[in-house]
Amino acid sequence: MNKVYNNRAWLLVLPMLILVSFSAIVPLMTVVNYSVQDVLGPNASFFTGTEWFKTMLNDPELQAAFLRQILFSFTILAIQIPLGIGIALIMPKSGWQASAVLILITLPLLIPWNVVGSIWQIFTRGDIGLMGWGLRQMGVDYNITRDGTDAWLTIILMDVWHWTPLVAMLCYSGLRSIPDAYYQAARIDRASKWAVFRYIQLPKLTNVLVIAVLLRFMHSFMIYAEPFVLTGGGPGSSTTFLSQSLTTMAVGQQDLGPSAAFSLIYFLVILLVSWVFYTTIMNMQKDKNSQGGA
Amino acid sequence: MSWMVWTMPTAIFFSAIAAMLAGMTVWEIVSPTIERKGFLPISTTRGDRLFVGLLSAAFIHLGVIGYTSLSIWLALAASLVWLLVLMRWG
Repeated sequence: MNKVYNNRAWLLVLPMLILVSFSAIVPLMTVVNYSVQDVLGPNASFFTGTEWFKTMLNDPELQAAFLRQILFSFTILAIQIPLGIGIALIMPKSGWQASAVLILITLPLLIPWNVVGSIWQIFTRGDIGLMGWGLRQMGVDYNITRDGTDAWLTIILMDVWHWTPLVAMLCYSGLRSIPDAYYQAARIDRASKWAVFRYIQLPKLTNVLVIAVLLRFMHSFMIYAEPFVLTGGGPGSSTTFLSQSLTTMAVGQQDLGPSAAFSLIYFLVILLVSWVFYTTIMNMQKDKNSQGGA
Repeated sequence: MSWMVWTMPTAIFFSAIAAMLAGMTVWEIVSPTIERKGFLPISTTRGDRLFVGLLSAAFIHLGVIGYTSLSIWLALAASLVWLLVLMRWG
């Protein structure tokens, strides 16, 4: 097959490119410039070289926030992915029940981040919140403003509540795309439910699962509004994640140089993870295509 | 442009990146890339290898700056060697 390449089509991308250069590339360049200087005013800046990067990389608070961030992302992945698959498996497959369950499941996804934070903030209050009050009445010493473990568990519970539906919906669509013939063959073979799941459903779900893992990882790695509203990063700094540390530094303390250096490191980590996930997805599809072609 | 607080090193850095992208474009027009598999676990085009090289160069620099007292020029040299190895055999 001879493909026709017409590079003039690139001109159509030009308006977008100009827009992006003003909204992303020029600001990014400015961040890079700030990261190597101590900018005091319009005409007063000192070149600091790599000093900010060295400080940021060795800052114990940021290292702690980074570890917390990774722990958080992997914890919610470990809960949300299996839970999402499980929910997708027991969701009704047709009729009005399917529509009703889909709507119910999607509801948490429609709520803005900071509203989710507020909802849970009220929900967990000891005096008027159903969960906070209820747990205390049952004799559990539950207080997210004093106990770091409680705050952690609540944030994880909140994230699971907010985002498991996304995983469930992706898996549900993946499950629906499996042709009936596979299940008929499995019935002829008298395959157990587990065997059907292990050898038919799970392999067919791989692609949507990679997308789900990618989306959930990115989202959770940049989480800001929900813990900020719910706990404000406390008690102490036990639920302060990376984006909140960055905001405190850049907006709260106006330390533009160090926060520029820190944003670049943050950006590089996200870039690396996105690239790994993207490459994985593309290669899985490539493998599939080559199998299909053979 | 003064609000962007340019410095000479960052200007050189971005010029080098821009020159690389321009060079890659010219190279692509002169002789289009062929996707192949080297020592990396995935098959890559020239552009992929440049991206991997630049991204690992960034992390090499961060590692050297943050956790060693070695000169940053050493990091640059190591990154360049790694980039060349990657472009040729990656």
